[in-house]
Amino acid sequence: MKDRFGSNVLEAASRILVPFMLLFAVYVVIHGHDSPGGGFQGGVICAAAFILVRLVRGRGAGWELSCSSAVVLSCTGVGIFAGIGLLSLVFGGNYLDYGALPFSLEPAVKRAMGTLGIEIGIALGVTGVLTLIFNLLADSD
Amino acid sequence: MKGRIELLVLITLAGLLFLALDEIPVIGDPEAPPSTHVSPRYIERGPSETGAKNMVTAVLADYRGFDTFGELVVIFTAGLACLLILDAVPRNDGEIE
Repeated sequence: MKDRFGSNVLEAASRILVPFMLLFAVYVVIHGHDSPGGGFQGGVICAAAFILVRLVRGRGAGWELSCSSAVVLSCTGVGIFAGIGLLSLVFGGNYLDYGALPFSLEPAVKRAMGTLGIEIGIALGVTGVLTLIFNLLADSD
Repeated sequence: MKGRIELLVLITLAGLLFLALDEIPVIGDPEAPPSTHVSPRYIERGPSETGAKNMVTAVLADYRGFDTFGELVVIFTAGLACLLILDAVPRNDGEIE
């Protein structure tokens, strides 16, 4: 599926939709503390935006994630998650014990920041993996 | 003969499982061990300890963070497996990229 799939209508609609999808993905990730949402959901919305552009405009539209950059993105996500865990291990806590991170904040705020960090890692990882799988399936015919 | 022994073992195991089914607490039972052990702790002290008003996030990302790390690694491994399998499929011209 190397050709573009979209007509002018789809193109115009996706131009309006995609920025809001990306913004909503960021909102879902960051607001996961207070409302339903989190890294997995936000990552899926972000990947859906990339896949929509890829479907409508075809390969090489300048907006796609190539397979290698999708792999790098998902590795970065897993690395952020594991890195925050290791960081808390280095500063004398248990693995993923965000209270041990060296920030001068209240304990609850510190734990919330650690949670936000791993949510961002999850979102990057899920975005990378879903885009990677779609790209592979779309390119394999 | 061998098939009958296996059948007998399966029936015995299934019978044991059905007997044990009776011991499983009813969903939402306030006297069940999960409801009396960790759940009250998470509900009472989750917001003040983790700073997350959303209880699901408090449990998923903080108390059970290592479990969530495993979930992310499962998804990541699935993506890598897709890469390895689909990227090695011969293209239409028969060459492997």
